[in-house]
Amino acid sequence: MRTWALGAIIAAFLAVGTLIMLSEERSLIASVETVQTGFRGTGMEVGRDLERLRELMEANVVPEPPWELDTSGETVAELGIYENVQILGDLTDDQFNRFMAAITEWVSPDQGCAYCHNEENLASDEVYAKVVSRRMIQMTRHINTEWADHVAGTGVTCYTCHRGMNVPANIWFDGDAPETPPGWAGYTGGQNKVSVQAGYTSMYMDPFSRYLSAPLGEAKNIRIETRTVLPQAEDDGISLQDTEGTYSLMIHMSTALGANCTLCHNTRDFSSWEQATPQRVTAWHGLQMVRDLNADYLTPLGPVYPEHRLGLAGDAPKANCATCHIGVQKPLNGAPMADDYPSLKVANPEGQPAMDRRMDGGGQSSLLLAPAAE
Amino acid sequence: MAEYQNIFTRVQVRGPLEAGPALPRGDAERSGPGYFSYLMGKIGNAQIGPIYLGFTGTLSLVCGFIAFEIIGLNMWASVNWDPVEFVRQLFWLALEPPPPKYGTQIFVPLNEGGWWLIAGFFLTASIILWWVRTYRRALALGLGTHVAWAFASAIFLYLVLGFIRPLLMGSWAEAVPFGIFPHLDWTTAFSLRYGNLHYNPFHCLSIVFLYGSVLLFAMHAGTILSVTRYGGERELEQITDRGTASERAALFWRWTMGFNATMESIHRWAWWFAVLTTLTGGIGILLTGTVVDNWYLWGIKHGIVPTYPDISPAAVDSATL
Repeated sequence: MRTWALGAIIAAFLAVGTLIMLSEERSLIASVETVQTGFRGTGMEVGRDLERLRELMEANVVPEPPWELDTSGETVAELGIYENVQILGDLTDDQFNRFMAAITEWVSPDQGCAYCHNEENLASDEVYAKVVSRRMIQMTRHINTEWADHVAGTGVTCYTCHRGMNVPANIWFDGDAPETPPGWAGYTGGQNKVSVQAGYTSMYMDPFSRYLSAPLGEAKNIRIETRTVLPQAEDDGISLQDTEGTYSLMIHMSTALGANCTLCHNTRDFSSWEQATPQRVTAWHGLQMVRDLNADYLTPLGPVYPEHRLGLAGDAPKANCATCHIGVQKPLNGAPMADDYPSLKVANPEGQPAMDRRMDGGGQSSLLLAPAAE
Repeated sequence: MAEYQNIFTRVQVRGPLEAGPALPRGDAERSGPGYFSYLMGKIGNAQIGPIYLGFTGTLSLVCGFIAFEIIGLNMWASVNWDPVEFVRQLFWLALEPPPPKYGTQIFVPLNEGGWWLIAGFFLTASIILWWVRTYRRALALGLGTHVAWAFASAIFLYLVLGFIRPLLMGSWAEAVPFGIFPHLDWTTAFSLRYGNLHYNPFHCLSIVFLYGSVLLFAMHAGTILSVTRYGGERELEQITDRGTASERAALFWRWTMGFNATMESIHRWAWWFAVLTTLTGGIGILLTGTVVDNWYLWGIKHGIVPTYPDISPAAVDSATL
């Protein structure tokens, strides 16, 4: 008799629990849609959290352009109407103003023009943000013209990362990961803490400075598998710690793209390119691109920023996969936003002034390697 | 009928405390007078103690305590001695082995893996002393040493993971960190680094024996519980003098699958499955990185990897990346 009563109580708990779970607004049982992408039985599939997809659709709406594009007429450089136009001289006057209006909406909708410009003298470079944004426009053009392997014809705009904020939400600094405390105990090897960067695993807390900051060719190798059956006479020197570093980076990519491992890899043989999907090639170019951007564009801006924009180690904010992707496989779900702004899809001309020159309020050009005033 | 379906022991025997046989000359005294615990009696024997600690037992506990303290204090130090963070992040914290640059040096800076070596030494000492104790207590009771050898199989796996294989690889960094999540992440990383451990045949064997152990345990426990109404839980008596419980248990399996283990052999099955789980597992770990560097490719070479038709065209020629 008592056994029956016990069974009935357990059954009642299960029934009530199931009802509660099903009635939750955001169901505890994730509604995941799985799409098979490989041969049956291989586990090649892409899973998507449908509830999250709805959120992401709403978060990835492309803003309307300020007005209709008109590229007729003389360029700003030919007209000679503005001073100190170092990189946007090839735009028509209308196009130039349209772009300025758009960029304001994308980056500083609250502060307006004054976020970058001295409103008394729009030509002046005295506000650090103007120098930064000039370099960022060059970077955008660089991405759209040199990194088609990653961004294809879709390209990127300032909005891809900024989303109406002065600083993109997903950036990283060298000092983000706490080191082992100095002293006689507590060695962590850069691991073994609760870490958002490592996807809440106990692996490397700072995969970004390890893998994404060094320039192309000098960065730490992400590949950790030996592609031979037997150990070779020459030790490849790849440790399990390196493996956890790579794994940590992969978790970042996965989180940043809202994707699972099998979007790119056949997990029975992770390192095999033969069994990988085409997306892995795009991702590979993306990693090279981020290294290039961090080394050539973002890190060198360090001296330009005021202190409150720098990391604990005094370094400039840098990019990773999440900076643009923000949870979706294709930023802005692949909307061809850059097509509305052809000025962002032209190559940087040879010999264009780089970020190392700035013009002070009096129209004097000066070298810029000193820290900017706030 | 319900008597036999209860998961707790219904009847607790209470009498004078059982002293057990006299100990051989030279053995230490058992500690404490012993007592009865009602709650422990629900899941086992209600009599607690007297325990025999002796020299090895005492030393084992001391060494184990030292290792536990070194690991715990290092974890606490890694969060700057913050008690709240220590509790909050406990599952993430670890005592990490030395980084690869130190190879298998014995003298490593304390705060760069030195503590790991010391903790490992004391933990190993503690485990081996405890093994000696299980061996010697079995002899003292006039038993076979089956438990000690089964334990030795587990110790073999432990030593392979933390000592023998790192020595063969020439780096303490190959060893497992002491920590809850860190040792799990180590396990995944180990498989990733060496080309998918699922293609390691000794890993396969270990899984077979592990799951086999679970299956055997469930079958045996189910069988014995089902015949307790005929006195089947008195297994030793049933071995020497087959009663109806033993006969019915045997008949059940002979009816359902045509074959049955005997009252003795089922325990040999269970013992070997358990022992082989860690023994084959240890061999699999020992071969990884020392003899085979990529198990998936090893599987290709030896024809154990199935091929599947390509769905997406080969992504790219890897030589170009």
